[in-house]
Amino acid sequence: MLILECPHCGIRAEETELSPGGEAHLKRFGPGSSDQEFEDYMFARKNPKGVHFERWRHAYGCGKWFIAARCTATLEVFGTYPAQTAEPPQHIIDAVKTRRPGWEGYK
Amino acid sequence: MRRYSVFAIAREAMRHHTGWERAWASPEPRASYDVVIVGAGGHGLATAYYLGKNFGITNIAVIEKGWLGGGNTGRNTTIIRSNYLQDPSAAIYDKALSLYENLSQDLNYNVMFSPRGLLMLAQTHHEVRGYLRTVHANNLQGVKTEWIGPEKVKELVPIINIHGPRYPILGALYQERGGTARHDAVAWGYARACSAMGMHIIQQCEVTGVRSEGGQVTGVETTKGHIGCKKLGIVVAGHSGQVAAMAGFRLPVESMALQALVSEPIKPCMDVVVMANTVHGYMSQSDKGEMVIGGGTDGFNNYTQRGSFHHIEETLRALIETFPMISRLKMLRQWGGIVDMTGDRSPLISKTPLAGCFINCGWGTGGFKAIPGSGWAMAELVAKGEPGPLAAEFSIDRFKEGRFIDESVAAGVAH
Repeated sequence: MLILECPHCGIRAEETELSPGGEAHLKRFGPGSSDQEFEDYMFARKNPKGVHFERWRHAYGCGKWFIAARCTATLEVFGTYPAQTAEPPQHIIDAVKTRRPGWEGYK
Repeated sequence: MRRYSVFAIAREAMRHHTGWERAWASPEPRASYDVVIVGAGGHGLATAYYLGKNFGITNIAVIEKGWLGGGNTGRNTTIIRSNYLQDPSAAIYDKALSLYENLSQDLNYNVMFSPRGLLMLAQTHHEVRGYLRTVHANNLQGVKTEWIGPEKVKELVPIINIHGPRYPILGALYQERGGTARHDAVAWGYARACSAMGMHIIQQCEVTGVRSEGGQVTGVETTKGHIGCKKLGIVVAGHSGQVAAMAGFRLPVESMALQALVSEPIKPCMDVVVMANTVHGYMSQSDKGEMVIGGGTDGFNNYTQRGSFHHIEETLRALIETFPMISRLKMLRQWGGIVDMTGDRSPLISKTPLAGCFINCGWGTGGFKAIPGSGWAMAELVAKGEPGPLAAEFSIDRFKEGRFIDESVAAGVAH
């Protein structure tokens, strides 16, 4: 069972209290974008086996969105941070690099 | 390879069963093959089998990183049905069901296909409308299904409680031809038949890279060295995105855990398959007497082959109202598999941006029932380089074109 700490209210919540929201840090494409960009935005996901950045909502708690950095191969959690950011903060990147020295970066 | 028959049993009985051959050979890989199939699960082996049977292509290697049939083929709840809403789905799943009906004879291997009948319970008015629509669609597709009322459900499933109160049984979509098969035997039967045609099944051989030249696939790098090929079929379910990345393209697929569990064995009590999509639970009784129970997927990306405890709790809590007698059953084993989910919950059987490389994936939570039809369609695609009528609608292009085969609403999760 996955346990994530909500960075807004500080509660360590297990997954029944949370709603998963899919890959984080997607760049939105809409009117004016190419077909390829729009298709990728809609459907192509990294689906990595390893380090993954993922949106979650503290659905049965404070209700706010946050992002979790975790490993899809081991369920290890590297950290969580509020969703109002375009890319992962430095302390999260550092935490991932400490645990996964060979990691190639989130892009 | 000697055929299995009543005479073979008699002959072996006379000599204390010392003459049975291995079911399939375990050769070392050659330097190259006409076709390499990655993934020796049901879909990969069926692809190889129909390439040999329908197109005479037998210079094939099926390579597998673990053991044969050890992925989702060995982890599903063995349900077989073809009562799908959308025409392309009904076509390929019904092809699969038709092939299952004669598969034991075709493969000379008992896959224990048991067309015991299958019920999809309607427990909300929304489901009643949905299944009535599916029944009409199935009639137009030539797939025989019928709508039955709660009394008929009770007659077919005496252990069921139809009165609720949370989840009353309002009726069911009934497919008499549906049922189950022995999942391991499906993989083993195909493997034996492929091996008999001279194909190589190479286990414990993981693909680590895909080689290409000028946009044309030339082979794969594996833990047993380079293996050349003219055509490559990627049939690896949950790890499709990983192998696709090696081949240089991305898929509209996400990998998630789906889990199942079985109870302690009990006396025969239910001789049909029952699916309850409102509560994400489905149940049948195995020949050993265990109640085989499947639940819903986790909602997040996951490559660990285990499930979450709360899903078991949710599934069982809901099923206990419908099947009060299972409330005292002990659950013996629980396991998970990694399913590859597409945006419209329908599979991909498709050409890829890399010439000579084809992909068959995205079966999500419902691949076992499709194995023979999927292999049939994929073999045609690999052999001809172009999809046949069964596969054409399942190309990757549909996501660009908005031409979805939307089974996410029609089939819900139990699929």
